[in-house]
Amino acid sequence: MSAFRGLVRKETLHLLRDRQTLAILFLLPVVSVLLFGFAVRTDVRAIPIVVVAPAPDAATRALVARIAESEQFRLRGTRHSEETLDDAFQAGTVRQAIVLPADTEQRMARGERLVVGLVTDASDPNTGRVMEGYAGALLRRWHAERSGQAPAGGVTLLTRMRFNPTLESVNLFVPGLIALILTIVAAMMTAISITREKERGTMELLLVSPLRPSAVVLGKVAPYVVLGMANMVTVLLAARVVFGVPMRGHPLVLLGASLLYVVASLGLGILISTRAETERTAIMAALAGLLLPTLMLSGFIFPLDAMPRPLWVISHLIPARWFLTIVRGVMVKGAGLVDLWRELAILAAMSVALLGVGIRRLAIRLP
Amino acid sequence: MTAPAIKATNLTRRFGDFVAVDAITLTVARGEVFGFLGANGAGKTTAIRMLIGLLAPSAGEATVAGADVRTDPAGVRRRIGYMSQRFSLYDDLTVRENVELYGTIYGLTRVEIRTRMDELLARIGLTESRDTLVRQLPLGWKQELALMVALLHRPEVVFLDEPTGGVDPITRRRFWELIYATAAEGTTVLVTTHYLDEAEYCDRLSIMVDGRIAAMGTPAEVRSQVGVATLDEVFLTLTRAAVAP
Repeated sequence: MSAFRGLVRKETLHLLRDRQTLAILFLLPVVSVLLFGFAVRTDVRAIPIVVVAPAPDAATRALVARIAESEQFRLRGTRHSEETLDDAFQAGTVRQAIVLPADTEQRMARGERLVVGLVTDASDPNTGRVMEGYAGALLRRWHAERSGQAPAGGVTLLTRMRFNPTLESVNLFVPGLIALILTIVAAMMTAISITREKERGTMELLLVSPLRPSAVVLGKVAPYVVLGMANMVTVLLAARVVFGVPMRGHPLVLLGASLLYVVASLGLGILISTRAETERTAIMAALAGLLLPTLMLSGFIFPLDAMPRPLWVISHLIPARWFLTIVRGVMVKGAGLVDLWRELAILAAMSVALLGVGIRRLAIRLP
Repeated sequence: MTAPAIKATNLTRRFGDFVAVDAITLTVARGEVFGFLGANGAGKTTAIRMLIGLLAPSAGEATVAGADVRTDPAGVRRRIGYMSQRFSLYDDLTVRENVELYGTIYGLTRVEIRTRMDELLARIGLTESRDTLVRQLPLGWKQELALMVALLHRPEVVFLDEPTGGVDPITRRRFWELIYATAAEGTTVLVTTHYLDEAEYCDRLSIMVDGRIAAMGTPAEVRSQVGVATLDEVFLTLTRAAVAP
C-alpha cells in the first residue's frame, strides 16, 4: 500500500513542518498535568498539628517526639482536652489533631486495640486526603514500634474530615486530562487538517487521484492516532513522575481504551470537517461541540451522580464519559477487562460508528 | 481514425431544478489543445467535474481516454491529470516531497518517480530547487510545477482549470509553451481560461453560456460563426445575448 504510505508521510511532514503547533501539542500535556497537579495539590509540608492526650505517658510522649522530628508536621502543642480545638481549626492555626485515649500506655501494654481519633481540615479536599494519609502512616509506625515484637490489638483510626467530608482523590484529574488532550489532538487537529485541505483546494487534487476517498481520509488521520497515543503516554509519565499517580491496573487495557477513544475522536473530527468550510469554523465547532461536553458532561469536573437528570441522560452519548470510567477504573482501582468490558464495548461501538459515519459523510460531501 | 480523447454526448447535470450543464456535446481529438471557455457560472466547472469523474452526470454520456465517466470514474481518474484553478500543491512540503507524494498516489515505483522527476524538473529549470519548500517559489514557478505534477504519471488527458490566473504575461507565455510541448507528446489538453488572448492559442475551443455550448470550433471558425473580428467580441456578443434574450 505505497499510496497509503505516501499519504501518511505527507501528513507527518505537515505536522513536523508546523513547528509551533507541534510544540503546543507536545507541551500541552505536560503543562496541563503540572498546572492541574500543582493547582490541586498545595504544599503538604509543615502541617500544623495538635496532639490531644488527657493523661500524657511514655507512649504519647514518644508520639509527640516523632511528630516534632517530622518534616511533614509542625507541632502546635499538646493539650489535655478537645475543648478549644474547634476555634483553632476555624482560625486555621491548626489543620490536624490526633486525639489519644487517657490510658494509651496501659492499653498498648495489655495488647488491647487502640482507638485514636484523627481530625483533618479538609477545606481543600485533596490536601485533606494527603494529610490524612501522612498522619495515619505516622500513627501506624509509632504503634508498631511501641508494641515491639508482639504487636497485638493494632490501632484503629477514627478519622473525621472537617469542612468537607466527601473527598475527591487527586488521582482523578489525570484521567480527565487524558480525555481532554486526546480530544484536542485527535478530534480538533483532524477537523482542522481536513478543513485546511478543503479550504486550500489540495483536497480536490487528492480526490481526482485514483485513490478512494476513504483511503484519502484514513491516510490523513493515521498520524494523529500516533500523536494522540504519544500524548497519552506523556501525560501518564508526567503524572507518575511528578505526582506519583498510581497505575494499579494493566497498562495495556488503558492503551487499548485510549486507542478506541482516539478513533472515536477522529470520527468526531471528521464529522466536524464535513460541515465546517473554514479552519476557523472547525476550531470553534471543536471547542464548543467537543471540548465543553468533554469537560462538563463526562464526569471530569462535575460528578455524574450530581447531574440534573436530562444532562445525566445526555452524558451517556459522550465517549469521554465511558473512557473516563475505564481510565479511572484501571489507574485508581486496578480494574481489568472483567470489570470494564461493558464500558469498553460501548466505547468500541461508538468509535466504529463515528469513524464509519465520518468517512461516509466526508466521502459523500467532498465531490 | 483513433478514438477521441474526450467524447461527451448530451452531458447534463441538474442540481434540483437548476440545470447547470444542459446537454453539451463535444469531441476532443488526441493531442489537441482544447479551450473550454465561458463566463463565471456558465457551468464550466460542473462540466469539468463530470469529465474528471468527480461528479455523476444526471443524463447523457461521456468517455475520457476511453473510460466511461458513469461506469468507471476511477478508470477516468487513473488516466487523467488535473491542475486546479486554485494553486494545488502543498506549501509546507518541498518540491521533491510534493512530486513523491503524487507519484506514490498514482502508483509509480520509486525508480519511476525519480526518473520522471528529473525529467520534469529539468524541463522547467527547477532541478536546483528540488529541496526548496514550495511556499518559497515564485507563483509562476509554482504553477509550472503544478502542471509537471499533473503530468507525472503520463496521463492521456490533462485538465487545466484556469492554470494561469494571476501571473504576468511573460510567465503566461512560458506556461503556454509547456502546454504546447505537452500536446506535442500526444497528451490531450483541455484548458479553461479567462484570458481571451490565450484562447487564440488553442487548436479548438468552445464557449459555454448558461449551461450550453454556444459556439465551438477553431478560433477562426468561431469568429466567423458569430461574425466578428476578435474572440473578445465573440465572447461579449454571446454572453450579452444570454443576459438579454
